[in-house]
Amino acid sequence: MTIDPNFPWLTVLAVVPLVGAAVLWALPRGSARLARPVALAVALVEVVLVALAVAAFDTSRAGEHQLAETHAWIPQLGASYAVGVDGVGLLLVALSVGLVPLVVGAAWREQGDGSDGGHRLRHYLALVLVLETFMVLVFAARDVFLFYVVFEAMLVPVYFMIGGFGDGARRRYAAIKFLVFSLVGGLVMLAAVVALYVQGPGGEQGFLTDSLTGVALDPTTERWLFLGFFLAFAIKAPMFPVHTWLPDAAEHAPAGTSVLLVGVLDKVGTFGMLTLCLPLFPSASRWAAPVVIVLAVVSILYGALLALGQKDLMRLVAYTSVSHFGFIVLGIFAFTQVSVSGASLYMVNHGLSTGLLFLVAGFLVLRSRGGRSRDVDGFGGMQRVTPVLAGVFLVAGLSALSLPGLSTFVSEIMVLVGTYGRNHPAAIVAATGVILAALYVLLTYKRVFTGPVRAELADAPDLSARERWVAAPLVVALLLFGFLPGPLLDLVRDPAAVTLEDVGVDDVAGTAAEPTTEGSDS
Amino acid sequence: MIAQAASTFVPPEVQWFALVPLMVVLGAGVVGVLVESFVPARARRPVQTVLTLGALVGALAVLVVQGWQWFGPEGTGQVLVLGGSMVLDGFSVALQGTILLCAFLAVLVVTDRTSARQDAFAPSAAAIPGSEYEELARRRGLEQTEVYPLLLFAVGGMLVFPAAGDLVTMFVALEVLSLPLYVLAGMARRRRLLSQEASFKYFVLGAFASALFLFGTALLYGFSGSVRLDGIARMSLTVAQDAPGLPEGWVLLWLVGILLVLAGLLFKVGAVPFQAWTPDVYQGAPTPITGFMAACTKVAAFGALVRVVYLLVVNAPPEAFDAVKAALWTVAVATMLVGAVVGATQTDVKRMLGYSSIAHAGFLLVALLGFNAQGVRAVVLYLLVYGVSTVGAFAVVTLVREVGPGGEVVGEATHLGQWAGLGRRSPLLAASFSLFLLSFAGIPLTAGFIAKFSAFEAAVRGTPYTGSATALVVVGVIASAIAVFFYVRVVVIMFFSRTVEGDGSTVAVGAGSAEDADGRGATAEEPEPHATQQGTPQRSSVVVAEGAPAVTVVRSEWGSLVTVAVAVVTVLLVGVFPQPVLDLVDGLTRLG
Repeated sequence: MTIDPNFPWLTVLAVVPLVGAAVLWALPRGSARLARPVALAVALVEVVLVALAVAAFDTSRAGEHQLAETHAWIPQLGASYAVGVDGVGLLLVALSVGLVPLVVGAAWREQGDGSDGGHRLRHYLALVLVLETFMVLVFAARDVFLFYVVFEAMLVPVYFMIGGFGDGARRRYAAIKFLVFSLVGGLVMLAAVVALYVQGPGGEQGFLTDSLTGVALDPTTERWLFLGFFLAFAIKAPMFPVHTWLPDAAEHAPAGTSVLLVGVLDKVGTFGMLTLCLPLFPSASRWAAPVVIVLAVVSILYGALLALGQKDLMRLVAYTSVSHFGFIVLGIFAFTQVSVSGASLYMVNHGLSTGLLFLVAGFLVLRSRGGRSRDVDGFGGMQRVTPVLAGVFLVAGLSALSLPGLSTFVSEIMVLVGTYGRNHPAAIVAATGVILAALYVLLTYKRVFTGPVRAELADAPDLSARERWVAAPLVVALLLFGFLPGPLLDLVRDPAAVTLEDVGVDDVAGTAAEPTTEGSDS
Repeated sequence: MIAQAASTFVPPEVQWFALVPLMVVLGAGVVGVLVESFVPARARRPVQTVLTLGALVGALAVLVVQGWQWFGPEGTGQVLVLGGSMVLDGFSVALQGTILLCAFLAVLVVTDRTSARQDAFAPSAAAIPGSEYEELARRRGLEQTEVYPLLLFAVGGMLVFPAAGDLVTMFVALEVLSLPLYVLAGMARRRRLLSQEASFKYFVLGAFASALFLFGTALLYGFSGSVRLDGIARMSLTVAQDAPGLPEGWVLLWLVGILLVLAGLLFKVGAVPFQAWTPDVYQGAPTPITGFMAACTKVAAFGALVRVVYLLVVNAPPEAFDAVKAALWTVAVATMLVGAVVGATQTDVKRMLGYSSIAHAGFLLVALLGFNAQGVRAVVLYLLVYGVSTVGAFAVVTLVREVGPGGEVVGEATHLGQWAGLGRRSPLLAASFSLFLLSFAGIPLTAGFIAKFSAFEAAVRGTPYTGSATALVVVGVIASAIAVFFYVRVVVIMFFSRTVEGDGSTVAVGAGSAEDADGRGATAEEPEPHATQQGTPQRSSVVVAEGAPAVTVVRSEWGSLVTVAVAVVTVLLVGVFPQPVLDLVDGLTRLG
């Protein structure tokens, strides 16, 4: 079967969920019960579409942007509707689309107890679908203006998903904090976007990433512009010291929202660094790399240490992500073929792993006292009460500590090995983060699942069939790509080479298995 | 060209066709006054409504024809009326169109009596508040239809203001547009003392600003011997060439003159430090009038400001340019920051929109300070977007009302706490208002983003001579970030706060964050269905007192509804597909 690569796959992927959301909102009042099936159907159609898009993608040319479309949008401002994905973009689009049906599935009972006829659930699911549109577009955008528009616009649905459907008394505070952090970063980036356009070639397609790549910039300007973009992405990612919004947001958001927020949206930060910061500002990236690497290493350790000290399950998972994002950024800014491919792969694996972790944590919280206590110490002995839940949690946790055999191991080892080739101290210090990861995962498992069974939790039900269906794809994916990372590696290898070429650094010779002469960063 | 021959009188040639929109509007205003005298009271309202709306539509139609004739594919270019007293170039036509459009939408709101069957104006504005005469007028169901001719006169002044080619015409236009507004601001049906205070404040400060403007005009006349903008500009170029025979310090005359003229104009746009009247007047004036004023006055005043800046400041004597530029930069920075920061502390929706309009004046100044063609384009686009969404936002405000003790609908519920839970009761209305707020905040995919983007782009681009205003843009994005906070706060209040409805009182709970709660007023605990979270009680920064009147949403007759719908469509359409509007603005301003 041949699949036409000229079909506008990405546009269709973006439009379908939007139509789905419109349908959800247009449902007449009495028929709110239809919301769940409709949303799930749309999400599954998306999965089929993305599978077709993957099939249409030519893996042998993964370094090029394929499935591309370019249409004039606002010629006067130089903005075009230009989409296209290389291997990394494709993987992230597939990840986003793949997670959505799980989130819809997980929201089955979580939102709305039926007291309002599923009215709230309908809005929530519609927001999820709107967000899906933006997620597809942000990873596919090949135009800086389009990227910026989507980057900012997607804050709105997320904001409502946290503030309107979150848990706990301080959810509005969390929502506002999320919005303010993101907008400050975004608006600083806006200034940089405007300045970049003014420096660039201009014209009716002046915002295309391709037209802006390789523009000769004055070194000082380039550094300022780099900082403008980088700040926005570092907040989004989130990196130390601008990570403080994430724990609050993750704590108060519904678990499904956290899956998308941390699993996908935060990747926009690292994806932006990889596909915008590096190619657009190569020499500024080289200039900033030492500092960024230090910040990344600090994120790894700091996130892991804070995760160790958390009592709140959701905050704990959020801090582990801060640590993991440190690894991704480290890999990107180490500028070696292995580390950059590893970081790209890490983005996908982290989405699977953290996605699963948040989902399972959400299931666990539902079984707690009152159905919304996230206190780690409030559990105990759950292994005996809910064995399947415990097993899935263990898989998710082990993937977070990068156990060999799970897909996260591949990417983490690639980042560390690749970084070692360029920067020994950074790689060595970062490696201690792996030990901390083992601590926070296993200690948490111990506190929640082992020990005496708490009386009030003794009759908690195990994972229902629906919950198993939600968790199963992620478990399978983690195992599958752990043993067979080949197809994924094929997709990320060429883009990494292209990125390094753009930045203008030579890959370090060989792999880090044989110590190289040029140790430190150029 | 000015006829130099003083001895022979040459009757000026009047471009009558060019003046048709103006004559239609002012003529309808005069007819409106006659209607007040000769038409029976019962019929006045429909007659005035038709007359006013008809005049505005007619003027707009003629303007479109003119724009096509002058600036279309076979355009003849700009038209000078009365030897250049009025310059009808693409820029002024674009702004006049914007003014007429916003005025039309605002008048629709004015005509709307809603399901409460009452308009927003005092039955007899001359009656002393609280007097028996007032009560009598109210009981007899009098209506003050003089509002309509007053509005038309104000629109007439506004049409001339951005097109004025000399400072005297500009001054006359300023007064023609201001005086009706002073009156209109004092005519609110409810909270009449507040309204009259607003009117008085507006009048006194406005008169002061007019005096400054006039004094500046006199100084500039002394400097150049001309009140024409191009005449003054020519003189500054002469000074720049160090012409012999000019006394020492001649430039100072220009500098003081221009600063005074600018002060007069900056007052009208509500820029810091001339912003003090804005929140009070926005709050006190009848809401439909606030919407009209906020949109149309700003458009007209910015039009005049652009003309003065691009003709006089850009052609400044070289040593004086930096001083004026520094002054304008200071004003722009202060305007953005004051608007955003003080706006964040407001608890009254009309005052908040007032501070928002101050912040927007700052963003517009940023566009202006690029001193380039993109800047003009950006200002026109920004004014159109801002104007339409502002009228829409105030139209929403007119529909959210308090309920009196007897269950009758009274004035607007302008306290933000009273807006709690609006998203649940009237989702569409709340969604529209949120859309306007997001557009004000400049969130992408709304028109406000495109406008803000254009403004910032113009400023960053700058010109080789004046440099780039990147620093201003950085302040601009910081101010935007602060402003977002208070726009979003309203969205939070409407959608995420619950109201506790009990014996006629509505108490808002849980708006804002636990951090900034200061415990003012009474706070009720949110009835938490799951008792596990009681550890952190929700309190709010925006709380209404116990026993505050209940809030209801009245149905629009049709006017406000149309306005809100048009504004929503505009905001979305310009936000997603701005190209046609950009082309239109570009086509008009390129020639001008």
